[in-house]
Amino acid sequence: MLTNEEVAQTIINQFGESVRDFDDPYNLLTFSTTRENIIPLITYLKDHTTYQVSFLTDITAIHYPDSPGKEFCVVYHLHSLINNFRLRIKVYLTAEDIHIPTATTLYASANWMERETFDLFGVIFDGHPDLRRILNMEEMDYHPMRKEYPLEDSTREDKIDALFGR
Amino acid sequence: MVSEDLDIANKNLPAEQGPVQYVNELTTLNLGPTHPATHGIFQNILQMDGEKIVSGEQTVGYIHRAFEKIAERRPFYQITTLTDRMNYCSSPINNMGWHMTVEKLLGIDIPKRAQYIRVIMMELARIADHIVCNGILGADAGALTGFTYVFQEREKIYDIYEEICGARLTTNMGRIGGMERDLSPTAIRKIREFLVRFPKVLQEFENLFNRNRIFMDRVINVGSITAERALSYGFTGPNLRAAGVDYDVRVMNPYSSYDDFEFDIPIGQNGDTYDRYMVRSEEMWQSLRIIKQAMDNLPEGSYYADAPQYYLPPKQEVYKNMEALIYHFKIVMGEIDAPVGEVYHAVEGGNGELGFYLISDGGRAPYRLHFRRPCFIYYQAYPEMCKGLTLSDAIIIMSSMNVIAGELDA
Repeated sequence: MLTNEEVAQTIINQFGESVRDFDDPYNLLTFSTTRENIIPLITYLKDHTTYQVSFLTDITAIHYPDSPGKEFCVVYHLHSLINNFRLRIKVYLTAEDIHIPTATTLYASANWMERETFDLFGVIFDGHPDLRRILNMEEMDYHPMRKEYPLEDSTREDKIDALFGR
Repeated sequence: MVSEDLDIANKNLPAEQGPVQYVNELTTLNLGPTHPATHGIFQNILQMDGEKIVSGEQTVGYIHRAFEKIAERRPFYQITTLTDRMNYCSSPINNMGWHMTVEKLLGIDIPKRAQYIRVIMMELARIADHIVCNGILGADAGALTGFTYVFQEREKIYDIYEEICGARLTTNMGRIGGMERDLSPTAIRKIREFLVRFPKVLQEFENLFNRNRIFMDRVINVGSITAERALSYGFTGPNLRAAGVDYDVRVMNPYSSYDDFEFDIPIGQNGDTYDRYMVRSEEMWQSLRIIKQAMDNLPEGSYYADAPQYYLPPKQEVYKNMEALIYHFKIVMGEIDAPVGEVYHAVEGGNGELGFYLISDGGRAPYRLHFRRPCFIYYQAYPEMCKGLTLSDAIIIMSSMNVIAGELDA
């Protein structure tokens, strides 16, 4: 049974300064890295002889419009089926330069996950074989999950935020 | 005279043009978006060489309803109605998965009785889900009879849902903190009846299919996928287990007291359509085992957690009791104090690992909610699985993968 501390220490030994913000909310190892290191990191975890983190559970993104320089966060959930160990890796990106290398070379499942993230947030995955919109129509000219696109029609006055949610 | 007759007979025939010219040209076939043989809205643009599929390209998103965006404006307790509409063949699993995610965030411990009731409902939902998948697989292979036998039983499961929560398809079952009501005597009677009647029906269904020569010829070695490719494609659930990987969230990360029950995880070998069918079939037997154990050992006690600030109080209490009224008002208006945090919680849905990634900033609604939808992730393997097979095979492969449009597009 792997512990969070053990895996975290191995990753720090291997990647040094480029991995940081270690935390384990609800007992799930979470840390962040830079976009230069994300693919080497996932490859390292996948090829590690004992950890064998060889299952990509999910890729998604989060938009933080109020934190300058860290507007977008791409989140990878990985799972080692052998050890039953999950971990979460975050990569923060600035709004001016939201490029990140693709993980499709490592996992076939990353293809649609990245397309979905591109569709909803506009994160550009460099090297993706077919980066098109997937859930929304091709003609759409914005990325709807960004916080600046409100769900409600902003001209309506009968729905007050204080009463009907955020 | 004879040659004159022949001339008349040949008059309308086209002139001879020498040997037939074969052109090396592929046909494009647009399968979907609404096609009677695909259950749901799926579009596949197939390149066909005669009857053989050369390549395919999927278009998804026809029923995309932006659940993740809508969830960002909804109080936590209102999000169950969105999860209902993802995998609508097994809504209770989605509901419970969402409740458990929020309970994990809030740190609520659920009483054993509520956990057992949840397990019963989730396993009934799994049976309902697999009934649809296997029944439809049979129907698509040309055997409608089996489908009509088992669908009767799905109605009985829906009767049980109705008794528990009042709804049949989009159940909105349970609450954050437990169940909305206890198992009524009628519900218990209906579940017991189901446990007696369903094995006979399932046995009959299996007798029709499992060793049926025609069915076996249609499904064995059709749409095979190796365990390695399946893992790379992010398969989970029965489809992954059919390929020979014994990954089941119920065992790996037990939730809701699943570790109290004894059950087996069926696995296949080839990852073909027959194995997927057999794994689902065996899972129904295992689900029955779990329901039986849960019913026999159903603990006494409360069916909801002692967390009045989060659990919507019973209606009678609201009318009589001051505190209940206050909490009711606060919860309905979304004024609960959710902690800041991020949670990933996964449950074993009908099709695989259904994950909820919730980020709370302490507000009344999630800051961000992401659904890991198993269908969406494994459906991308479909063209690879169909390559080199015929169109009729492609149809049954899709049925056996159990791709649910609502979950695919969210």
